[in-house]
Amino acid sequence: MNSYDVIIIGGGVIGCAVAREISRYRLSAAVLEKELDVACGNSSRNTGMLHAGFTYKPSSLKAECAVEGNKEFDLVAKELNVPFRRTGKVVVGFTDHDMENILKYKAIGEQNGVEGLEIINKEQLNQLDSSAGGEFAMYAPSSGILDPMQYTIALAENACQNGVDFHFGQLVTGIERQGDLYEIKTSKGSFTTKWVINCAGMYASEVSEMLGYPNYPVKGFKGEYFVLDKRAGQHLNIPVYPAPNDKGGFATHATITIDGNVLVGPDSYVVEDREDYSVTKDHMDGLIADGQKMFKHMKREYFIRNFAGIRWKRYNPETGEILDFLLESDESHPNTVNLVGIESPGITCALPLARRAVKLLADAENPSLNPDFNPNRKGIEKFSEMTHEEQKNAIEEDADYGEIICRCETVTKAEILAAINNPLGVHTITGIKNRTRATMGRCQGGYCETRITELIERELGIPMEDVRYNKEASYLFTGKVRG
Amino acid sequence: MKKTDVLIIGGGPAGLAAAVELKKKGIDDILILEREKSLGGILRQCIHDGFGLTRFKETLSGPEYAQRFIDQVEELNIPYITDTTVIDVTDSKMVYAASSKGLLEIQAKAVVLAMGCRERTRGAISIPGERPAGVYTAGVAQSYINLYNKMPGKEVVILGSGDIGMIMARRMTLEGAHVNAVFEVQPYPSGLPRNIEQCLNDYNIPLFLSHTVTEIKGKERLEAVVVSQVDEHFNPIPGSEKEYPCDTLILSVGLIPENELSLEAGVELDARTKGAIVDEHYQTTIEGIFAAGNVLQVHDLVDFVSLEGEKLADSVADYILSGKSSESSGGNGGSGGIGGRQSAVKPLTKCTAEIITDSNITHTIPQRISGKEDFKISLRVRRPMKEVTIQFLQEDKVIKSVKMKKALPAEMIQIPIKSELLEEGKDLEVKVVC
Repeated sequence: MNSYDVIIIGGGVIGCAVAREISRYRLSAAVLEKELDVACGNSSRNTGMLHAGFTYKPSSLKAECAVEGNKEFDLVAKELNVPFRRTGKVVVGFTDHDMENILKYKAIGEQNGVEGLEIINKEQLNQLDSSAGGEFAMYAPSSGILDPMQYTIALAENACQNGVDFHFGQLVTGIERQGDLYEIKTSKGSFTTKWVINCAGMYASEVSEMLGYPNYPVKGFKGEYFVLDKRAGQHLNIPVYPAPNDKGGFATHATITIDGNVLVGPDSYVVEDREDYSVTKDHMDGLIADGQKMFKHMKREYFIRNFAGIRWKRYNPETGEILDFLLESDESHPNTVNLVGIESPGITCALPLARRAVKLLADAENPSLNPDFNPNRKGIEKFSEMTHEEQKNAIEEDADYGEIICRCETVTKAEILAAINNPLGVHTITGIKNRTRATMGRCQGGYCETRITELIERELGIPMEDVRYNKEASYLFTGKVRG
Repeated sequence: MKKTDVLIIGGGPAGLAAAVELKKKGIDDILILEREKSLGGILRQCIHDGFGLTRFKETLSGPEYAQRFIDQVEELNIPYITDTTVIDVTDSKMVYAASSKGLLEIQAKAVVLAMGCRERTRGAISIPGERPAGVYTAGVAQSYINLYNKMPGKEVVILGSGDIGMIMARRMTLEGAHVNAVFEVQPYPSGLPRNIEQCLNDYNIPLFLSHTVTEIKGKERLEAVVVSQVDEHFNPIPGSEKEYPCDTLILSVGLIPENELSLEAGVELDARTKGAIVDEHYQTTIEGIFAAGNVLQVHDLVDFVSLEGEKLADSVADYILSGKSSESSGGNGGSGGIGGRQSAVKPLTKCTAEIITDSNITHTIPQRISGKEDFKISLRVRRPMKEVTIQFLQEDKVIKSVKMKKALPAEMIQIPIKSELLEEGKDLEVKVVC
């Protein structure tokens, strides 16, 4: 039963996109993920930006996939029923040097096939967003915002509905070639498979080595963020980025999220530890100072959370040069597809990269199409987005829609139950949070967390010691109150 | 669509006290909406004693204190609905509430905001470090222990000397956990002196002032916190770091009035209290919308919350009854059942004068007055002070002064002001002189 045609290592956005594209074929496939849910690494630790593609080197895989992924996303969002808004983006500048850099990237963008890039003056900028700082800007109408967790979950659920299995808590510890098959050893057991697709994200180099490819050097660029209250979001219509520096990097920006919060960040600094997602005082102080330049309402009363993500970039250790995404498959490593150094703009590029990865397999294997493949997936209906009339009807149909569990985000019991009974079988607090937004508001679970843990226990019939925050050992309770 | 004279949002101490008092004043058409399964608000989980000393001259547990009011609500047949969450309030006093029975739409003549407050979180104070399980606000930990019978941890550090934090220090100790210490970033405790005695000193739990948590460690469950001493600007002092291994960090770092619904309605908030700006009638900047209790300003004692709810009820009753008599102008007394009270009914006076404070005072309630009526001012000082005089001035003339041996930020100061001292329509200045 642990035997598949294809095993995808890694349940981030790339692994889930590959799983979804694989499910178009009549192949047995599974995703192995070391955490207890999809999108636990950097797929959930980013700005949630659908990039236009104006900063990537022309004809690179990054540029090609970003432009392709951007263009198709209205359809993708519709199929997968995920929130998405094509807000456009402004890249603002203050100095002549900023203007030079902006013009440079405008030219690159045009070469990459990004449509509609336009230089606008201060007046036009203020019309787009009165709270944006800057003397002038480049306006990129095709940029958009999405929820990277919801998107990754939607890809996974769609794959799951089309027959792909998801195995959580499975850390891959070794891969061996046995005859025509691979044996994959994990922290919990082993799997055999004909094909292996490496989508291990920040650990892709290690898995690459297990498959016999080089252990490609990667460098981690960590960025910290502030999440601001939706009340701050009322002041921002559009993502505001500062002019790129000479290397094409963007410093701290302010982005309205798809749910109406504001993200301020990320900054960028090099780290060693693969999963050092800690936030630090120095960087928080830096974000406050820089954030105020981009967004005039960067106020302490709006702070609700901090987080960090790390872009693990492939680089050339001799020259220090940052390298393109790597997608490879060669005969000396039969039946493998290797994806390494996938970082920003990985969300935008996920499906285009997945199609390219799956094509390598399909060209070799010639699998028949899955006649039952359904590209459409339905998400959880949000009470907070309904009109009063729709709310009335929803409660009539399902009384659980009338019970508000999360007060800040107005999430109902019906939504929490749907999330607890999600197709992937995830039941961590973070899993429920990413599926419903419960606990994401300004009280950060002060009101609803107790209710959610109770619902998880009751609905799934599990003991309270098995309720976890996000990871295997992130238990919430040490036992019952004595007496 | 339903109609009601007074809709009270929240069946906690403020809402209950307001409801009972309104009923006693002849207002029958009241509705309390409560999102929990029973009335009582946060008191339901406050099983410790110490409530009611001021009001009932005896010490009660939270649920017992609440029950005194719930009993009256029942006896007086005041309508209430539980398991119902208000999701929207408009400036024309339309209230939408969700329950499993359906979406309620209620047109109220007056709305009483009595939603209480919420706790400040780790994110609000930007504590650096990783994000493991095991970091709880004091109220959440209290709820798990007292309402859900679940123990959140065994080896505990508490940040913040708020009252709930200290009460949880004792509670967790009694449940067999080891509480290492309570750390407070301010140079003085933020909770009441009696809680320092009864919850910390009695259990040998040390309290460190001018200290804060500067790092949270642990990738899955909390493993340790780093605590540092802070200077007078609250900046950590390098070299003072000390690591405390623990599995639980309890945060008691302040309460914020919960005014999301008020904002929806367009009520103007005071940046200092995070509650509504109100006049001496507890009326917000929107006519017919009133606020009292912790949604207006965070109190130290529930006894004062109840009192504020009752004071509010006086004004709301006048508002409703004067509205009724003007509605039926020319008729013989308007609506029935209010009989003798009607002669005393007067429309609420307009409040155009502002209360202005000096830098020693964090805020006042009310923020606006008429100058024509007696009122009680609530205020807090910014830092502990000894031998102070609180002065009230109009046009630079001292109209009242009150001497106090000491003034603590943790203790709200309430001072009654008589109308005969005041000049109508003139701003009132409040100063602390020491």
